Amino acid sequence: MTAAAVLSVDKLCKAFGGLRAVDAVSFHVAPGEIVGLVGPNGAGKTTTINMILGVLAPTSGRIEIDGVDLAANRSRALARTNFAAVYAPLPGNLTVEQNLRVFGMIYAVEGLSERIEQLLAAYDLARYRKTKAGVLSSGEQTRLGLAKAMLNRPRLLLLDEPTASIDPATARDIRASVTAFVAEGHGGVVWTSHNMYEVEAVCDRVLFLARGKVVLEGDPKTLPHQHGAASLDDLFVQVAHEALLPEHAP
Amino acid sequence: MNPSRVAAIVLRQLYLYSGSPQRVLPIFAWVAVDILLWGFISRYLNGVSHTGFNFVPALLGAILLWDFLTRVMQGVTTAFFEDVWSRNFLNFFATPLRTSEYVAGLVVVGVGTSLVGLVVMLALAWGAFGLSFLSYGAALAPFLMVLFVTGIALGITGAAIVLRLGPASEWLVWPIPTLISPFAGVFYPISVLPGWMQVISRVLPPSYVFDSMRAVVAGKPAAWDRLAIGGGLSIIYLGLACLFFASVYRYAIRTGLIARYSAETVS
Repeated sequence: MTAAAVLSVDKLCKAFGGLRAVDAVSFHVAPGEIVGLVGPNGAGKTTTINMILGVLAPTSGRIEIDGVDLAANRSRALARTNFAAVYAPLPGNLTVEQNLRVFGMIYAVEGLSERIEQLLAAYDLARYRKTKAGVLSSGEQTRLGLAKAMLNRPRLLLLDEPTASIDPATARDIRASVTAFVAEGHGGVVWTSHNMYEVEAVCDRVLFLARGKVVLEGDPKTLPHQHGAASLDDLFVQVAHEALLPEHAP
Repeated sequence: MNPSRVAAIVLRQLYLYSGSPQRVLPIFAWVAVDILLWGFISRYLNGVSHTGFNFVPALLGAILLWDFLTRVMQGVTTAFFEDVWSRNFLNFFATPLRTSEYVAGLVVVGVGTSLVGLVVMLALAWGAFGLSFLSYGAALAPFLMVLFVTGIALGITGAAIVLRLGPASEWLVWPIPTLISPFAGVFYPISVLPGWMQVISRVLPPSYVFDSMRAVVAGKPAAWDRLAIGGGLSIIYLGLACLFFASVYRYAIRTGLIARYSAETVS
């Protein structure tokens, strides 16, 4: 583990009955680093993310966020993180501004009104400040989710398929905003995606998960060549197929 | 406990109430209908009984106090249901928010909405039927306090049940006050109940309130020792309800229920 890591995951396991959804996963995220977490459906990506978010208890293993043990100091550890996920839209019956205020208070953001204005401008949401979140388009809701995720300037940002089901232009804006966040030196990012071109463009390092284990790790730009694949997309397919072979069965 | 996080939970509810007459109306509309209904029944019974017994403080006062308990409970559970309905658990519980802060926020909302309902009920009962709660004397404060604490305990228990069993279990929670009312002796002394029902009555804090209320209406002094038992029981139940919620929450974290509650695409 790296002492200065914003996220250290050590031998993380989660079993549901006899199924080991996450099996001894270890990795870290350094400040200023974007780490991609990829793998086929059921590989354990979201289970891993849920454990890092403190909404799912590991069967064993240890998670430290910015040096704070999540199991021992849940609230303090989660104050240093934030997340956006396509399956966790903000309450649709609150307006954009109300959502940001409520979550800003939960994260005890100082100078909250000013921070909300910054985020409304940064994510092009100012004109929707009085609009209920539930009537926003998918892209606008994604931008709102990201604005919420940036409220507390997290040391660790977790993005679970942040560009799923949105148009390429909005996806590009989102990638730009996250890379800008990292470039400003605020923290590190864990990014899950099924879009390998996006992972290659954005991530400094990528971890392939299959059947709950990290099966490959490396630079997304060089990893395909090292494993005889033409592209990261091909490598993904190769890993996914290998994971389905009988000898890989648990 | 961080006051800013408790305030955030309360503020979310205020935002919902501020733009939604359909949420504001139930705070006082149904209790107002109850007051009118039981006010006229009490007035009718006064006219036909010829016993000189005044049914207004006995029946109307009882329904007012019972509605207060119901409103307190529903204030807490409805605030919780807002997060069920908007699939907001993942957003809230993946933050620094502690369960104690979340529950405290729900309780503050329950206090606020039930007080609004209480004021409306008192005004209507006094204005339309001449029922003054001052006639209960100093016992009114412990009456309200015991019912208030019991209502919060029921509300937290209801929230825990829905958290554990899922959104469809909402229907189990709404009728809880109705299920308790026959045992609580709202309208009659518990001595009229069969023995097994009396045993249940003795462990229900409201039964001590209504017992004492009838004593005051009959011109006797309030049974302070029995009110103290009711108060003690309500505090015990509040503690147990908090432990129950915390236990269900831990179960939900252990099994992934919190994440699945709103994130049905968990892989």
